[in-house]
Amino acid sequence: MTAVDAPAVPGGTPAATPRAPRGRAGLLAVAVVLVLAAVPFFLAPFATTTLTRILVFALFAVSLDLLVGVTGLPSLGHAAYFGAGAYAAGWVSINVTAQAPVPLLVGAAVGAVAAALTGWITVRSAGVFFLMLTLAIGESVQQLANTWDSVTGGANGLTGVPSVRIAGEPLTNAGFVYWYVLAVFLLGFAIVWLVARSPFGAALRGIRDNEPRMRALGYPTALYKYGVFVLAGGVAGIAGSLLAAQARFVALSDLGFLTASFALLAVIIGGAGSLWGACLGAALVILIRDALGPSLDGHGTLVLGVVFVLVVYLLPRGAAGFRLPRRNRS
Amino acid sequence: MTALRCTGLRRSFGALTAVDGVDLAVEAGARHALIGPNGAGKSTLFKLVTGTMRAHAGRVELAGRDVTRLSEVARCRLGMSQTMQHASLFPSMTAAETVALAVQRHSGERIALLPRRRPAVAERAGELLAEVGLGDRRDVRVPALSHGERKQLEVALALACRPSLLLLDEPAAGMSPAESARLVALLAGLPPEITVLFVEHDLDLVFSLADAVTVLHLGRVLLSGTPDEVRASEEVRQAYLGAGRREELFPT
Repeated sequence: MTAVDAPAVPGGTPAATPRAPRGRAGLLAVAVVLVLAAVPFFLAPFATTTLTRILVFALFAVSLDLLVGVTGLPSLGHAAYFGAGAYAAGWVSINVTAQAPVPLLVGAAVGAVAAALTGWITVRSAGVFFLMLTLAIGESVQQLANTWDSVTGGANGLTGVPSVRIAGEPLTNAGFVYWYVLAVFLLGFAIVWLVARSPFGAALRGIRDNEPRMRALGYPTALYKYGVFVLAGGVAGIAGSLLAAQARFVALSDLGFLTASFALLAVIIGGAGSLWGACLGAALVILIRDALGPSLDGHGTLVLGVVFVLVVYLLPRGAAGFRLPRRNRS
Repeated sequence: MTALRCTGLRRSFGALTAVDGVDLAVEAGARHALIGPNGAGKSTLFKLVTGTMRAHAGRVELAGRDVTRLSEVARCRLGMSQTMQHASLFPSMTAAETVALAVQRHSGERIALLPRRRPAVAERAGELLAEVGLGDRRDVRVPALSHGERKQLEVALALACRPSLLLLDEPAAGMSPAESARLVALLAGLPPEITVLFVEHDLDLVFSLADAVTVLHLGRVLLSGTPDEVRASEEVRQAYLGAGRREELFPT
């Protein structure tokens, strides 16, 4: 299994399906990666920075998609782990070292630990209750960050995060930062993608489809949900460390409700369950919020709302559910 | 040796006692049928046995081991597996993926976090699908399967759990006569290490397959015995039909 194949339904086509056009999709994936890697050579620094922000948010959205789309756990508090990872990575960069893998690993660890501490309550619930519990946890974590201002900077946010250093050299150039973020994004995406294709991932889709039946088949479903919750928290923490590296500033709003709901929006726009769809959704959200928003007098969120309504009506499976007519469909 | 023993099982829903002190012993290797009119408590009894629902009183023993306090998951790992009355499957999966899900859980290997080829799992899933008559439907998604095919898939799924005790809740309901005949042949051909307890309304099927029958009525055991004893019982006939004609109940 080396190729990236496009899933035909939300949740994806597991590896065993023989009809998946694996070769073509694999080529497409390689082409996309090559184009992404070449971006700093032909885009202006501002556009490169926007793309960097998109990649950061896309990895965050992918980690959320593992919960929402693959496992069927719609979370409104996932930004808590993203923000926790960002604060942790930023704090370590300021106070300990900004040497490359350190902020990343700290962000991942803090995201995973935060998810482990809160997840054991949430995974025992489902549906709307899960939504409300994650929302409550997200708000609590934001309050905590607000009051703990000796570490987080409180309402001012965490300022003065130094550039990430690789082999002692700080990455100050927007192009180098982009490559660093791209490399970590690809790593994080690969982790989530592999897990979603694994036997564990098949069990997660089983839980999404029919949890009681999974229990009857002998799967301890709460344990599986806890496992994926912690994993998604860890990947969100990685994305958070990228945020700290890219923006060099962590704001209180980065772990709040709005960030969490934008990520959920990205997942739904992209088509829950198809990980690459979440990336498309994230790109749309960031473009509208950051690139289009300022020229609309701050009404970017309104545009996002309209896009969301349109997607739900026109593409109920999201962008990933859009298909050109294809032969041999059963 | 009893494969399953229930003692004094009771479960009520508000004022209604659906299962009211049921004692049931299923011998190892038996093909034991559970029959009774609608509302007799058959499905609730099944849920108490599998652990989907907690009993308010009584105990459940699986091969001599008390499993009353064990979860559904633990009971499944001890060899109990079930089919659902209303096929309860995974809409995003194909038939083969569905069965593979159960096979991988009971193959003795850990559930891996990374993708890997598992020819043994795929092969076993293919065998099971062929056994239940879905050999040429393996790559069809569950929503595209007919009702009868879904019931067949339920049986394959239950067998994939390597059961010592197989609980079938109306396995033939909704099947065509041909599918139903295949099911009877499949169940009759199961090795004696697998004990079967099944609920069924089709009494032809019950009497062609069962070597023991328990009749449930209003949450209690009305009669437990051989098929012939049950067929001859006046009480059973009354429970089913009021005072009906014997020939209508048991066509002979």
